[in-house]
Amino acid sequence: MSAPSPVLAVRGIAKSYGGVRALDGVSFEIAAGELLALIGPNGAGKSTCFNIVNGQLRPDAGTVHILGRDVTGLPPRRIAGLGVGRTFQVAAVFPSMTALENVQMALIAARRGVFGFWHPARRIAREEALALLEQTGMGAQAERPAAALAYGDVKRLELAMALAGEPKLLLMDEPTAGMAAGERREMIALVRRLTRARGLAVLFTEHSMDVVFGHADRAIVLARGRLIADGPVDAVRRDPLVREVYLGGTRPGREARP
Amino acid sequence: MSLDSLLFQAVNGLASASGLFLVAAGLSVIFGVTRIVNMAHGSFYMLGLYIAVTLAPLLGEHLGGAAGFWGGIAGATLAVALLGAAVERVLLRRLYNAPELYQLLATFALLLIINDAALFLWGPEDILGPRAPGLSGSVELLGRRLPQYDVFLALIGPVVLVGLHLLLTRTRFGRLIRAATQDREMVAALGINEALLFTAVFALGAGIAGFGGALQMAREPASLSLDLSVLGEAFVVVVVGGMGSIKGAYLAAVLVAEVKALCTALGVIEIAGYTFNMSWLTLVAEFLVMAVVLVLRPHGLFGRALAATKAGEAEPPLLPLDRRGRALVLAAILLFAAMPLIGMFFRYAPVLALDMVIAALFAASLHFVMGPGGMASFGHAAYFGLGAYGTAFAATQLGLSTPLAFATGIGTAAAGAALFGWFCVRLEGVYFTMLTLAFAQIVWSIVYQWEDVTGGSNGLFGVWPDWPFDSRAGLYLAALAVALGGLALLRRIVFAPFGLALRAGRDSRLRAEASGIPVARVRWLSFALAGTLCGAAGGLFAFAKGSISPEAISVGRSIDGLVMVLLGGVQSLMGPLLGAGAFTLLQDTVMRETDYWRALLGLVILVLVLLFPFGIAGGLRRVARLRRAGGAR
Ligand SMILES: Nc1ncnc2c1ncn2[C@@H]1O[C@H](COP(=O)(O)OP(=O)(O)O)[C@@H](O)[C@H]1O
Ligand SMILES: [Mg+2]
Repeated sequence: MSAPSPVLAVRGIAKSYGGVRALDGVSFEIAAGELLALIGPNGAGKSTCFNIVNGQLRPDAGTVHILGRDVTGLPPRRIAGLGVGRTFQVAAVFPSMTALENVQMALIAARRGVFGFWHPARRIAREEALALLEQTGMGAQAERPAAALAYGDVKRLELAMALAGEPKLLLMDEPTAGMAAGERREMIALVRRLTRARGLAVLFTEHSMDVVFGHADRAIVLARGRLIADGPVDAVRRDPLVREVYLGGTRPGREARP
Repeated sequence: MSLDSLLFQAVNGLASASGLFLVAAGLSVIFGVTRIVNMAHGSFYMLGLYIAVTLAPLLGEHLGGAAGFWGGIAGATLAVALLGAAVERVLLRRLYNAPELYQLLATFALLLIINDAALFLWGPEDILGPRAPGLSGSVELLGRRLPQYDVFLALIGPVVLVGLHLLLTRTRFGRLIRAATQDREMVAALGINEALLFTAVFALGAGIAGFGGALQMAREPASLSLDLSVLGEAFVVVVVGGMGSIKGAYLAAVLVAEVKALCTALGVIEIAGYTFNMSWLTLVAEFLVMAVVLVLRPHGLFGRALAATKAGEAEPPLLPLDRRGRALVLAAILLFAAMPLIGMFFRYAPVLALDMVIAALFAASLHFVMGPGGMASFGHAAYFGLGAYGTAFAATQLGLSTPLAFATGIGTAAAGAALFGWFCVRLEGVYFTMLTLAFAQIVWSIVYQWEDVTGGSNGLFGVWPDWPFDSRAGLYLAALAVALGGLALLRRIVFAPFGLALRAGRDSRLRAEASGIPVARVRWLSFALAGTLCGAAGGLFAFAKGSISPEAISVGRSIDGLVMVLLGGVQSLMGPLLGAGAFTLLQDTVMRETDYWRALLGLVILVLVLLFPFGIAGGLRRVARLRRAGGAR
């Protein structure tokens, strides 16, 4: 019997911007139910990696497989359709809509209901949307315009949207950027709870090492576009190379926010 | 076609390319530094020509013909550059942080005001300038005779291209321009007097355009229609060449001008017994060049993607009407339905009401792409025109019944919107705007020139509806029903999943795509839909007036639509309707009384953009909020 194919398999992806090698032969996999932390100093290539996996960027070389299917070069909306949810380093939601409408929109899109011209969207998928907001701790804010939410709440709303349509894989680029320390821990704990319950595979980046070592199952470390470590968090923490280029070099958790 | 005429047309094409390039280059330089697409750039060209034809004879009297001619060109260039500097100081300066749409509209207002100022100063007749002393003969090339002045103009383009290149690479001023184009914060950080730099750049761009216009003195008369026609062509050039690239502007100008010249050179040809007038193809050729380039390179030959554009504040969530709102709408519908009765007492009321009803459908369809879609179209008149002409042609030439003729018009508009929309929605921000305007210019030119079908400059007459729409009340009620149906449909769609997806794509394309929304397809469909309903408004217009002429579908109508939407407020669904009503009232009363309604409209736009950016609906909301806040205390 062969092992079940991983939810995400990245093989040898590379990407350059002009002369800058942002990614250089990076490979890793994520299994269902696994919380994988992608860490590395600013400019290591983490966001580029996310953008390639979700189709925003086309890699110069290498392949991306999702649930055994080659998705390299597919546009983001097609990849979303395969069950991939994503949040951005700078949270992106629809500011002119209420929080509830934001999640309803995500649900409608996930169910391929965008080309509906008659029935009011307000009545579509309302219960599910409210449930998602409830789960991410946003229940009380459902009717508020997204433009009026505090940044931490926008991040939570974005998570609710990414979870719409029952994704198999969740990509979270710095889900806690711009949050206070207490809020960060809460957010990752929330992600962990939600994903455990759903058997979701999650790839996320996070600058606070306490948070990473406290919650992730496994960590991979990027430095200057190369993967320098991959393993259980304890092993990664002890890895001398990681300590040198990352933990030793900069003070984790206190870097300049983008 | 002979080699003779081909060579002649090729040189002629290069001469035209030079003029076009000068306008496009100025547009590009200004955009690079200030990030403003200057809609009044064609006006600078036009003013350059007017000033030159005025100045040259004056100077000529004292200094002799040659000095007068060249002095006239130099003087015109300088005058336009100074005007550009003044415009930047007085107007543009207030707009640098405004949303893109307002910048476009404010500079368009300037175009209107300059046009009326020229009408006031020089009158409505075209003015011919003197021939170029010393260059009025012809030169021999490969045994053919070519006009000397055309050869001279053909050479001016490359000379200015090289000159600009040297200016940008070899001088401190040029280096500052390039630095500002690449990174505005850097210029501020370098401690450079930004205000002065912006003024200088605007003067430079305006001066180049004025120079381009002045040079045409020996080739074409100064005329009041030049501003828009040159602007449309310059947009084609900039879209093809790539915004911000001087080199691209020159190549594109040559490409466009030569393709046109080639079509003219082919003249009338005969294929399989049919005669084709190829010179008619010039417009289609322009469209094809643009289409091919945009499909292969969406940012033009040498352009790059623009950085994300400045949006205004996020609009508040759209809400369905509450009880009071529904009651008000019902009352308005009843009032309009009762208009034939009211007409017994106020004879003018039904006429005004019909204009309002048509304007409301027109404005609402524009608002659909502009508000929820976030795509500011400056070419919505094209679909109005296709609907109107399609209807008029079917009713008069094909002799179809009124409903069928109307359906033909709507179908024509739908086809046009689907075709042009497919190209337009691939572009973002100002590129989108420029392309919509360019397409509308093309539609206008085709209508103007295709006499057999459209009646040319006279238009089509005798578009009368048949029974039961042949009475004033019958037509009015039918128009009201069509418009209400269209408005209800748009409203329904805005609140349906499709409308939500449209707004999602506007708010954050990144998020929308990541959630699986096919943003491009949604935009295309919305564009086609808006064009279709706009075509219905055009069809109604044709029946209401009994005729249709090119003037009714010019860029001016696109702008009217934009003003209606802004007057009412872009952030609400009722806004465009209020705006259409108010604008029609203004137009049918005040503007009819003056020859200078363009300038008046320009002033209205400036006041709106600078003082009331949220329109009537926004103003009403603000008053309501204040009242509520007052009541709570
Ligand atoms: N659009 C871009 N153009 C040029 N260089 C880029 C671009 N995006 C990222 N880079 C460069 O690629 C490298 C990796 O960036 P990124 O993936 O954002 O890193 P991280 O998310 O780990 O901070 C950096 O050196 C960055 O400057
Ligand atoms: Mg990053």
